[in-house]
Amino acid sequence: MHPAPSVIIFTTFSGLGFGLLFWLGIDATAPTGWVAFVFFAIAYLMAVGGLVASTFHLGHPERAIKAFSQWRSSWLSREGIAAVFTLLIMALYGAGLVFFGAQWSPLGWLGALGALATVFTTSMIYTQLKTVPRWHHWTTPALFLALSLGGGALLSGRVTVALVLLLVAAAVQIAAWYFGDTRLKASGTSLASATGLGGIGEVRAFEPPHTGTNYLLKEFVHVVGRKHATQLRLITLLLAFAVPIAILLLGVNHITALLAVVSHIAGVLCLRWLFFAQAEHVVGLYYGKR
Amino acid sequence: MTTLPTSTDKKLGLVIDLDTCVGCHACVVSCKGWNTENYGAPLSDQNAYSGAASGTFLNRVHSYEVQPADKAAQLIHFPKSCLHCEDAPCVTVCPTGASYKRVEDGIVLVNEKDCIGCGLCAWACPYGARELDAEEKVMKKCTLCVDRIYNTNLPEEDRQPACVRTCPAGARHFGDLGDPDSDVSQLVAERGGFDLMPEQGTKPVNKYLPPRPKDVEPEFDILAPYLEPIATDGKGFVGWLDKALSALPGGAK
Repeated sequence: MHPAPSVIIFTTFSGLGFGLLFWLGIDATAPTGWVAFVFFAIAYLMAVGGLVASTFHLGHPERAIKAFSQWRSSWLSREGIAAVFTLLIMALYGAGLVFFGAQWSPLGWLGALGALATVFTTSMIYTQLKTVPRWHHWTTPALFLALSLGGGALLSGRVTVALVLLLVAAAVQIAAWYFGDTRLKASGTSLASATGLGGIGEVRAFEPPHTGTNYLLKEFVHVVGRKHATQLRLITLLLAFAVPIAILLLGVNHITALLAVVSHIAGVLCLRWLFFAQAEHVVGLYYGKR
Repeated sequence: MTTLPTSTDKKLGLVIDLDTCVGCHACVVSCKGWNTENYGAPLSDQNAYSGAASGTFLNRVHSYEVQPADKAAQLIHFPKSCLHCEDAPCVTVCPTGASYKRVEDGIVLVNEKDCIGCGLCAWACPYGARELDAEEKVMKKCTLCVDRIYNTNLPEEDRQPACVRTCPAGARHFGDLGDPDSDVSQLVAERGGFDLMPEQGTKPVNKYLPPRPKDVEPEFDILAPYLEPIATDGKGFVGWLDKALSALPGGAK
């Protein structure tokens, strides 16, 4: 799949933003006043910034309001509703903490649930696609949730929780790579099944339907970036998990905490780039490509 | 709502004969010609007169080489367009309701006024049947020429999809695949029509007819044995020539 910057930024920052909103929502002793303002500002910048970035890949963003209508069948529609619901509820909850010094806990719990639902529905947009066998697997929602909650814990300064969740997220990511590398083959979809000609003999793409490129090849067949996948996986593990975990273990102050957060974000950006660049869409088979 | 209808009154679709398709791309051209100036936004081209031309097409013809274990390779031309699946994953993923499957005839269409161009339907389609137009930024797909097949302004023989009407080899057939007595259903039953990527669970309406088995040519020419190629263990002049050339520096042994 084409690793579009808009969706990489969207999944990375929205995941972190909603993760932070989750922890703010369930915090029994939530911050108030200016401290709360800073936490909520960071969470909203990330969550809303990510959502805005995601509209950049729309052909007609001016019609985006229509995307809230099809929640019965569409995970993308459900995600939009969950995101807006969460942002509205948490805005009320945040206003209570910032301006009134009052913690309206039930609102926080509802918002936390909404944040989880948003991240889960985002992950299901990818998980539902049978056409991308690497994504069509339980590791996709598990990874999105673990990263969001782990990153959110890191942002909200929960050392022990962040430590545990980042370890979990790293384990899930390694599992996702391990299973993911054989998913296309295991899916049973091949050039033979795509053409129905496998019964005659070995099928080979002889000539593409056009001399140039097309939308399908640009969107679904990304080959160039895969060449450095192994190195990028190591960089991901190092930046997203190893560095923040080491900092959390060694003890945190404001400077090292910032370092841990920056390293984690850089690592997750790298991870998401791989998430898209390494995903093979079955339509590539028709072109003799992956 | 982008939920799928539980059943459709008809299942209009195409039957494509891989035995007779000659790979001329006439269906590609007629499809683009009709659909760029009728239903919905035109089908744009980018850099049409440069080395990096690309464009939106609703129908494309691939060519595959199939190598049987013990026979000569076959070249098979393979036209591919929307299969108007019964369980169309492109419809259910649509967040706006722009994509839908018609109850009356099963045709899968896009209401371009509602399309936000998110591209998720193209992601969900295993066949590459949907292309986002680079100029109009809306999703384009085969309409089964919905503006021809019911069009009473056209002569009756033209009331079929442009690709079917134009095919010079008669490799494309249009009809109701939900009616077991229709010509297309009969053809599918007779020739063993099959689905593309059945494991994806999309239940395509369009069917493909397999290439017929190649005939084994009988020995019919009584002179053939006398025309056999020169034996490798040549005798006489050829044998001498073979040895002499091999003896030269660098000569083939």
